[in-house]
Amino acid sequence: MPREITYREALREGLDEELAYDDNVVIIGEEVAEYNGAYKVTEGLWKKWGDKRIIDAPISEAGFIGMGIGASMLGIRPVMELMFFSFAYVAFDQMMNNAAACRYMSGGLINVPIVVRGPANGGTNVGATHSHTPENIFANMPGLKVVTPSDAHDAKGLIKSAIRDNDPVYFMESTVLYGMTGLVPSNDELEDGELIVPIGKAKVKREGSDLTLIAHGRAVVTCLAAAEILAEKYKINAEVLDLRSIRPLDEEAIMTSVRKTHRAICVEENKPFCGVGAQISSMIMEQCFDDLDAPVLRITSADAPAFYSPPIEKLQLPNPEEIVERALSIC
Amino acid sequence: MASKTANQKTVAFADAPINQSLSAGDKIDLLRTMVRIRRFEQTSLKHYHNGSIGGFLHLYIGQESVAVGTISLLGDNDHVITAYRDHGHALAVGMGMDECMAELFGKATGCSKGKGGSMHYFAPDKNYWGGHGIVGGQAPLGAGLAFAVKYKGLEGCCLCYLGDGAINQGAYHESLNLASLWDLPVIYIIENNGYSMGTSQVRSSAYPKEGLAARAEGYNMAWDKIDGVSLYEIRAGVQKAVERAHKESRPSIIEILTYRHKGHSVADANAEKYRTKEEIQKYMNEHDPIEFWKSTLIAEGVITEDDYKEINKEAGAEADAAADFAIKSPYPEESEIFDHVYWEVDNNTAAGRTGRHFFHG
Repeated sequence: MPREITYREALREGLDEELAYDDNVVIIGEEVAEYNGAYKVTEGLWKKWGDKRIIDAPISEAGFIGMGIGASMLGIRPVMELMFFSFAYVAFDQMMNNAAACRYMSGGLINVPIVVRGPANGGTNVGATHSHTPENIFANMPGLKVVTPSDAHDAKGLIKSAIRDNDPVYFMESTVLYGMTGLVPSNDELEDGELIVPIGKAKVKREGSDLTLIAHGRAVVTCLAAAEILAEKYKINAEVLDLRSIRPLDEEAIMTSVRKTHRAICVEENKPFCGVGAQISSMIMEQCFDDLDAPVLRITSADAPAFYSPPIEKLQLPNPEEIVERALSIC
Repeated sequence: MASKTANQKTVAFADAPINQSLSAGDKIDLLRTMVRIRRFEQTSLKHYHNGSIGGFLHLYIGQESVAVGTISLLGDNDHVITAYRDHGHALAVGMGMDECMAELFGKATGCSKGKGGSMHYFAPDKNYWGGHGIVGGQAPLGAGLAFAVKYKGLEGCCLCYLGDGAINQGAYHESLNLASLWDLPVIYIIENNGYSMGTSQVRSSAYPKEGLAARAEGYNMAWDKIDGVSLYEIRAGVQKAVERAHKESRPSIIEILTYRHKGHSVADANAEKYRTKEEIQKYMNEHDPIEFWKSTLIAEGVITEDDYKEINKEAGAEADAAADFAIKSPYPEESEIFDHVYWEVDNNTAAGRTGRHFFHG
């Protein structure tokens, strides 16, 4: 029977299963072991797996992520936790040069099977330094993969794929989603005995015919709420497409949906300039121009650093009402 | 520090067990490797000037003893990673001149298939992990290679080289903390050639009077300072750190005093401005590790001057042949641009076939 578990628990199950699956999997990060994880994603894993597999790192992101990259070149499969993905910026050289480009610069002699995971979201009143959403920035770098699960099922299935992937995968979660529950199958009901969600495959979270809302991460949840309003109040039937990964990107799923609905809005919690939606809008324009009945719209966070003041920060992020309003402008 | 005779100081290091174990043939091989590195670089410089080589060319001339002496101590579970002045380490670990020269020429037969260039040589089959272009960026990777060796339960270590200009980067200090905190068998070798590009040591670093490696004290780590002119001294000093890594799984910092005869790179227009010509000449006369080792071996009766000339001639011919190989080799195909970006794509796995990986055009 599928179980109703939280996104956090689903991630933990995925990590636990991969620790059992491969002796070379090791979890390293700030407070991941004895403290049980700043957001409790790794709770209980240190007790179960011990000091060798679950390692508390000092506050030293460039050091420990770079160290993980070096270890991965020799076949270790480090899963590095960033307490906030915002902290990636102090490890930027390691993450952009050493993880992404060593394979290329060595003519394919090296690969870097590392996962860097952690929450990448705004909306929790922690100010600009802790609210970054760098999925577009990292997806800009060839050699990297960027994964953004929006629900418990995908959090588990995608973290398992990420750990088994032989390329660097940056896995962006959301502190707002950690406590949200979803249905996750138990292994004994699955044909393969485990839940694997392939990276690069989008999911239609809600079928529709009038408009496609294209989103990733928590914006998917926002879009689903907007789609309900559109259906109930305005009889507009929106399709919600969850990208699940930014790079690789399921281009086919995007175009298939847009060819069906003829209208698209890209929704993300990222900033607008060269955001994920900018890339997707361009692709839709090139590939589906004649299928479109309206311009492709983009909804993003407000183009300013994250505001601390709780009621104002809320206004910075996409919300269902804004999506409804923009949808009505093209439907 | 006179180069022409094996002085008493060197004789003392010659008595170290690790040096006593060297056969005459081993000593000649060490000389040959240093000479091969120099002739390789002299030949590459000629071709850089004639326009066959792009980008930067950071020459190791004058520093050869550091790579050759340290790498001569390593075994199967020991690893090497360095910065962008990487030709010497590459040849010292056993990479061929052909593949190294062809890489400079940007050819498909290069060690990195023309994708890395001078600063980015790699040979994982020889435990050589680059060749890294960002100053100090390789320091955490070196800790990671050591972490992997330890994790696998192997008795090995990683030699992570960096210049004296890299020791002020944060990534280096973070690595030192991790290495000591987690008992990683990594040895940081500071190749101190006195200049952080055009800025001298005293103008770029704050350090204790004992030297740059002495900063290790702050990380509760062992350190040493070695005169790099003598292979005996390098081998005797670094062997202690290798043993410490192998037996105690503890890191070290070793500062090796050396000197680059050329500029920071061939493009360094001020190479004779921030250093006096007299200073450069003095080091070339008195601190050239090849001259020093040659004199040592002649004094020991291991080689004659004629033997040296033959070694030099052979190395020069090998370098010229490598240049011919590079010239005759094809450039990479345009289609290779998208190779070696993703392992999963290269290997045509299900993951590599799922979703769009490339976004140009």
